[in-house]
Amino acid sequence: MSRLGKYTRRGFIIASVAVAGGVVFGARTYNARLENPLLGGLAPGEAALTPYVKITADGVTVITPRAEMGQGIHTTLAALVAEELDVELADIRIEHGPPSPAYYNGGVIEEGYPFPATDTGAIAEFARAQRDIPAVFLGYQITGGSTSTHDAYEKMRRAGAIARETLKAAAAARTGIAVAQLTTDAGAVVLPDATRLPYTDLAAEAGAIDLADAPELRPRSAWRILGHSQDRLDVIDKSTGRAVYASDIRLPGMRFGAVRRSPHLGGTLRSFDATAALAIPGVDTVIDIGDGVVAIATNTWMAMQALDAVTFDWASPDYPMETAGHFEAIARAFRPEQQDSQPRDDGNVDEALAGADVIEGEYRAPYLAHVTMEPMSAAAWMQDGALHIWAGTQGPTVARREAALAAGIREDAVTITTTLLGGGFGRRGEMDFVQIAAKVGAQMNGTPVLLTYPREEDTSRGPYRPAAIGRFRAAIRDGVPVAVDISTASPSIMSGIDARGGAPAPIPGFVPDFTVSQALWDQPYGIANYRATGYRPDALLPVGFWRSVGASQNTFFHEGMMDELAVAAARDPVEMRLQLMTDAPSRAVLEAVAAMADWGTTPAAGRARGVAFALAFGVPVAQIVEIEHTENGLLVRDVWVAADVGIALDPRNLDAQLVSGVNFGLSAAIGEEITVSDGKVEQSNYHDYPILRMYHAPRIHTRILENQQHIRGIGEPGTPCTAPALGNAIHALTGQRLREMPFGKTVRFA
Amino acid sequence: MDLTINGTTHSVDLPDDMPLLWVLRDALNITGVKYGCGMAQCGACTVHIDGQAVRSCQVALADVWGDVTTIEGLGAPEALHVVQNAWIAHQVAQCGYCQSGQIMQAVDLLGRNSAPTDDDIDAAMSGNLCRCGTYPRIRAAIHTAAAAAMREA
Repeated sequence: MSRLGKYTRRGFIIASVAVAGGVVFGARTYNARLENPLLGGLAPGEAALTPYVKITADGVTVITPRAEMGQGIHTTLAALVAEELDVELADIRIEHGPPSPAYYNGGVIEEGYPFPATDTGAIAEFARAQRDIPAVFLGYQITGGSTSTHDAYEKMRRAGAIARETLKAAAAARTGIAVAQLTTDAGAVVLPDATRLPYTDLAAEAGAIDLADAPELRPRSAWRILGHSQDRLDVIDKSTGRAVYASDIRLPGMRFGAVRRSPHLGGTLRSFDATAALAIPGVDTVIDIGDGVVAIATNTWMAMQALDAVTFDWASPDYPMETAGHFEAIARAFRPEQQDSQPRDDGNVDEALAGADVIEGEYRAPYLAHVTMEPMSAAAWMQDGALHIWAGTQGPTVARREAALAAGIREDAVTITTTLLGGGFGRRGEMDFVQIAAKVGAQMNGTPVLLTYPREEDTSRGPYRPAAIGRFRAAIRDGVPVAVDISTASPSIMSGIDARGGAPAPIPGFVPDFTVSQALWDQPYGIANYRATGYRPDALLPVGFWRSVGASQNTFFHEGMMDELAVAAARDPVEMRLQLMTDAPSRAVLEAVAAMADWGTTPAAGRARGVAFALAFGVPVAQIVEIEHTENGLLVRDVWVAADVGIALDPRNLDAQLVSGVNFGLSAAIGEEITVSDGKVEQSNYHDYPILRMYHAPRIHTRILENQQHIRGIGEPGTPCTAPALGNAIHALTGQRLREMPFGKTVRFA
Repeated sequence: MDLTINGTTHSVDLPDDMPLLWVLRDALNITGVKYGCGMAQCGACTVHIDGQAVRSCQVALADVWGDVTTIEGLGAPEALHVVQNAWIAHQVAQCGYCQSGQIMQAVDLLGRNSAPTDDDIDAAMSGNLCRCGTYPRIRAAIHTAAAAAMREA
């Protein structure tokens, strides 16, 4: 009964398989050993299918390989299927896909490639076409790097097209009418006499059909869903309190846990005394998880109270006790022995700088927390040796492996159910909450447990966006930058994630960490002598992915430098960038944002504008920020953003993500900072880690361009430019050059 | 003690000082109300008591002075509140975790001020955090809801 179709261009085998009462369409990949993700009841020969589309008498379900953390990806993935399948988007149900290496994300591989996204030459394009091969073998089922749309653009449309043609073939077999005379519309095959055969009625028969050829995908000119703004499939649930996050999982007889680990991050627990905690009515037990404890009680509040009643003896940290020591360690890394990579070295920088009037500067960016609105959480239930974890995870395959290791059981005894994520921003690519939930689930064998991080635990234990230092030396001749030597130093995200068990495969120590110099080296400026170097200090606080990753600090460094060079050359910063730009789509976004903001006109009295550009995650994006001096401090009034995603699938959602990215970047620029004192993180909750509130939220004006060759995602590219554009605006207004974030430490905001 | 929540009376036997938030979420499985900070900094736990927005993480069970309304009691998918309708029209939610609290706070605002300005909205809503930064659409949705409520009145 297995129905294997044709190899497609990307190398999938698309297949359909009968299931009880219906049919499942999905993909198989090169790797014949990929296991079946939870499709019960299939014969051995059918076990390799990874489902994308399920049609039964109940309707059409799209099973998405990516996590919904707010970016709207479920709706876009469903729209890709719906466009080819001819089913109304609102009639589609969504399920998160189970862990399976076959749900690999080929898009994330590209970000680590050693050529810039603007390189569309033959070698770069060949490498992109091969991206799926390492992704498959790593089983890289991950949501991150703004890659979901880019990865799914063909996959999900192809699943929809195969489903449509298979359903038509089933209708032809039933009616004796040739397939060529059949059409499809709104969830039904339509016969020449206008009789409608609903997909749900044809599903069982479709499971026995084997397509001879993979159908062609529809051209953009025929699209009726893609390219148009869609209502999010989750918006009603999220507006009525019905959306289910991991924190909302409730199971029969459930107990509630809260965790506390060492305030010295990553440190060990020497001993603890839980006597007083266990005396509190409603407290069941206090579980030793190695680097801390989880208190279990009849509700979360009691579990948190129990934590406060435990006395701990924590081991000392092995990183500097004060923030200054962390920056000293980072500053010391600017030396050859700690070079991570030097991905750009055009011309002869040393020669060009020798004897020139050198302009130089040093920038600093602090550790930053994610503080997703939903603190980390997961539910766990061990029954008869099998562990079920419910988690809002960005990486289900790694989560399954880590849960198995933590619980001491085999991977095939672990089930991962991905729930909606109450914010991700990279934090839910970490595995700590899954590992802890698995340990607790195993200990509480038979009893379901919901683990919740108290906000204080979530804020003060990391992992964080790395603290970083950027340095530049540059020279100008005849008003043109002729030499740039820019460098950056930050602790390695990748080695940290590897050490914490979050990587899909071990990362050798000699491999450069692409995140260190991310968005520093590949900017599309033609400067004759141009060098970019990344340095890697030894591990300090635990660091991880934070929305826009290396670009979050490196764009601040690079675009601050570009503004300093424009000032030194007495050039307009937009005009100077445009002259240097070597990439047409990049130039177009900068021209677009300048037009949107009326750049070139004089701002009203007491106001000024700043500009920044970045090529981040393959997306050229430019921003202009306008600020006003008021008697209460600086007010960010307007932000204009233009970005090029190649193909705009859902304009209103693209606007939402750009606005979100800008506000995320603005929040960090104004007030976010994680600091260390006495070996402990000083911030614990929203009162001392202030994120953007509504009164600071500016008007944000967005525009999407479609000039570049590849389709790209937009979850992160909105973030990097906001801090440098704001810093450059502050310089324009006050003459003060802010080289250290957050700016709120130096200037007052209204 | 007895609690009236969304029109239904529940009898609970829990400590007097237990925050209403956790009574709702963990004892009664009413999970539309969210835990965000536990110290009245984020607004994710906002519910109404006798029609007034409160941070349920700061209200002890023994101090609940009236009928409680949560997002589930405000409106359902088939019978949406005017504010929920506006939220959907503007496609406000991203991750969505804070939106129950945002909506409950916005309903409270519109109950006191039927035509708020942007400044009024900023003042009323700045206790409700949104890490996805949906603030511009929240402002727009409140204006839309105000206009719709005016038409219905």
